[in-house]
Amino acid sequence: MAVIKTMFVDPSRCIGCRACEAACRECDSHKGESMIMVDFIDRGLSTATQPTICMHCEDPVAPCAQVCPVMAILITPEGVVQMADPSRCIACRNCVYACPFGVPKMDLEGRLMKKCNLCYDRTSQGLQPWCAQACPTDALWYGSYEEFVAERRGRAVNLTLFGSQGVRTRIYHVLPEDRPALDLGLLERADLAATGMGREEPWVL
Amino acid sequence: MSVNKDVFFPGRDFNYDFQSTGEPPMGWEEADRLPDELVPTHCCFCGVQCGMHLRVTDGQVTGVEPRDFPHNRGKLCPKGVVAYQQVNHPDRLTYPMIRRGGKGSRLERASWDEALDYVVARWREIQARHGRDAVAVYSGSSMTNEKCYLVGKFARVALGTRHVDYNGRLCMSSAAVAYARAFGIDRAPLPMTDIPLADCLLVVGSNVAECFPVMMQWLWRARDKGASLIVLDPRETATARTADLWLPVRPGTDIAVLNAMLRQIVHDGLVDEEYIQRRTVGWEAVREVVERYTPELAERISGVPAERIVAAARLYGRAPTSLVMHARGIEHSTHGVDNCLACINLALARGQVGKPGGGSMMLTGQGNGQGGREVGQKANQLPGYRHIDVPEDREYIARVWGIPVEEMPWEGAAATEMVGLMAKGEIKSCLVICSNLMVSLPDVEVVGRALSNLDPLVVIDFFMSETAEQADVVLPGSVWCEDEGTTTNLEGRVVKLNRAADPPGEARRDVDIIIDLARRLGRGEFFRYSSTRDIWDELRVATRGGVSDYYGISWEKIESQGGVFWPCPSEDHPGTPRLFTERFGHPDGRARFHPVEYTPPAEEPGGAYPLRLTTGRVVYHYLSGNQTRRLGFLRSQAPEPWVEIHPQVAERLGIADGERVRVRTPRGSMELRALVVPTIRPDTIFIPFHYGHEQAVNQLTNPAVEPTVKIPEYKVCAAAVERLDSPRGPTADGAVRHFTPESAPRMFPYDTGESRSEPERRAKTY
Repeated sequence: MAVIKTMFVDPSRCIGCRACEAACRECDSHKGESMIMVDFIDRGLSTATQPTICMHCEDPVAPCAQVCPVMAILITPEGVVQMADPSRCIACRNCVYACPFGVPKMDLEGRLMKKCNLCYDRTSQGLQPWCAQACPTDALWYGSYEEFVAERRGRAVNLTLFGSQGVRTRIYHVLPEDRPALDLGLLERADLAATGMGREEPWVL
Repeated sequence: MSVNKDVFFPGRDFNYDFQSTGEPPMGWEEADRLPDELVPTHCCFCGVQCGMHLRVTDGQVTGVEPRDFPHNRGKLCPKGVVAYQQVNHPDRLTYPMIRRGGKGSRLERASWDEALDYVVARWREIQARHGRDAVAVYSGSSMTNEKCYLVGKFARVALGTRHVDYNGRLCMSSAAVAYARAFGIDRAPLPMTDIPLADCLLVVGSNVAECFPVMMQWLWRARDKGASLIVLDPRETATARTADLWLPVRPGTDIAVLNAMLRQIVHDGLVDEEYIQRRTVGWEAVREVVERYTPELAERISGVPAERIVAAARLYGRAPTSLVMHARGIEHSTHGVDNCLACINLALARGQVGKPGGGSMMLTGQGNGQGGREVGQKANQLPGYRHIDVPEDREYIARVWGIPVEEMPWEGAAATEMVGLMAKGEIKSCLVICSNLMVSLPDVEVVGRALSNLDPLVVIDFFMSETAEQADVVLPGSVWCEDEGTTTNLEGRVVKLNRAADPPGEARRDVDIIIDLARRLGRGEFFRYSSTRDIWDELRVATRGGVSDYYGISWEKIESQGGVFWPCPSEDHPGTPRLFTERFGHPDGRARFHPVEYTPPAEEPGGAYPLRLTTGRVVYHYLSGNQTRRLGFLRSQAPEPWVEIHPQVAERLGIADGERVRVRTPRGSMELRALVVPTIRPDTIFIPFHYGHEQAVNQLTNPAVEPTVKIPEYKVCAAAVERLDSPRGPTADGAVRHFTPESAPRMFPYDTGESRSEPERRAKTY
């Protein structure tokens, strides 16, 4: 069986630099428009950010395509869900509402749905998608599951639960490992223990 | 990135549009066409110098493609992705301009002959009346080695002035001195690709994620292999967010933490005695000094909880291979050299320097920040790290240049010292290239007044920078991909930039402008180059036998090896990726420990200025922003500066997130948007520095400098934040000043001859 290459999205590594957005805008098929989004989780609490790309749902297969009344969203034999076919799309937005991840966007001027197609032009030529190619931290990483497990930390999962509804996707999210990486034993120190070791650290002003 | 662009565009939901910026497309008209060729080159921005391919169609640069180069492996940050959009940018300067009516009149279009003849006539007049040193050259490091070399030679041979210096003075000059003093060679001792070999990374005063994004892949590779990460930073940056330990240090107090860590390492018996004995000098003095720095004392000074300092010391001290990485956070300081030496002490005590993946690594910021400080455009320096006050060095370079050694000028003023000379009228005219003083120097109001004293101020640039706006003559130059040449990245790797286009309109390549000026000054015979390669070949000879020996680096070798690390003394030499594996650069081959004590920054909070202001970069912008603020995608992400304030302070002052506030320091005030976030120390506020005019944070910063290298203290000064409706006008002062007129570093001109005090003389030899 051929090695299946796919994307791994690891929010813990995302630095919010939006190189992926800048790179996505360089694609010849949608110059100047980004199909990937980077969001702050909650800037009031943290600098954490996360990129969102099309997850290319496998089971159930592509809800966006399923609800399309004109069969404008095609799926390749490899399971890559394509952008709406411009000659078919009627801009009804069913796909926008059906997507569990909020990915398809409506180009109001062009009356056309647009979304990430995993850089089909590049990946079909053996190249990486532009976003993963550019991503300075490998928060977006392109390769096979086996390669990922061999090289990287974190748990790669491709099942997302929405209440009782599970969606299995071609794209993986990477979750932190369950174990804290830092050995907290290092913090133990006899002579400080008496003077409030383990106290909650206040801002020392 | 520390701010969401939503705050700049209220009402716009970026989740439902395509991130298009409303900017005119640049080079995209031909989007459907395949490029005629891909030109392999490197990015024009930071010190990482990522490899990239430029797409060229009909002689026009139309896009970018990844290039798998050893250190960036095809990756690019957002600046790198859109760098190509500068080439055909509508803001490009395409013809020379002069103020025909003198100061106060408008810049008008001129021919090259008129502009250059005017400049040369003025320079001749000034030099005849006021001496050769009345004309200065202020250069930069974001350009090729060939240009940097040419600028240094131009100043000394064509103008014959002693005053030539460059913006690296504002960047990492303190780290350069620290490395030269400790190791005898000023270069990061190991390549980026070594980082994954480390078991512990201690990042001191560097937001790697935002300032060197592409370097993060190597940090993560180390993390994947189990390395721990400790970050010293007053802000919880994207780098600090995922660290094992974040030490939220009060700006300007790093030495207290670093010394306390070293003390703990000594107490835990983690010092590598054998290495210290065999390879270093001066350990005893350091051990004595750090003994005073208990974790509790360090906590009082720095605000970092003592437990965390101890934990950091153990995490770092127990790692078999550990790497300290440091950058502007500690270098932009009135004790910047000492800060770097404190890092080096840690690395030496652990026996790490010279080991693959271990030691200390300065992260040089500018594109050619490393090369620019080696090839002789620094006030005290000749090519190849030669010293302008060492007779043999002077004679060697005079011979290479073909001038009598008596004509070689002596050491001149540092960049930060030039401002004073301009204000006093000792420098009457200045040629500025690759620098934007009106954004980058501290206390820009004073800088502006000093520049207005110059007649003429001559600026070579490709966009109308804030400094060019003040110029009397503006000469349109070239962007990086309109000429070929080499740069030396933050690892010491020399890489080759290739030409992809010609300058637009009447704009000319920078080297041609400089050579033309030299010719009109009657010194053309010393600047006979038929191509940039001729300059490179002369540079190689000029650096031959010097500390940074480029002699064996041919352009072909760079191409075939994926860059060459200096020193590379002969043509069959492969270059030196790792330094200090056997010996250090000092004559005895040993590294030097330097005992360093904590001393407070020049200005500390007090009275009406209760907060510490620190400044830094944003991932979307580069240096003074003259390039990146014009590129639609980057500008739309961070169109204006903001001030980060901790919620505790904001609540006390009644400031809401997103509200416009006023920030004051003893030097000035500015209004900007507040970003109320818990990711910064409550006693500290942060403002990014890439913006000009009334948005320039350098209206506020302190121009106090480090005594030896004269690097300004951008990273800490006393400040206050207030609501816009609070009364303006003079308020009580109260900032604590540690620099008095007596204790402040002396500035050029020094007393005659060698009567400078010891620290200044020491710095001079580097």
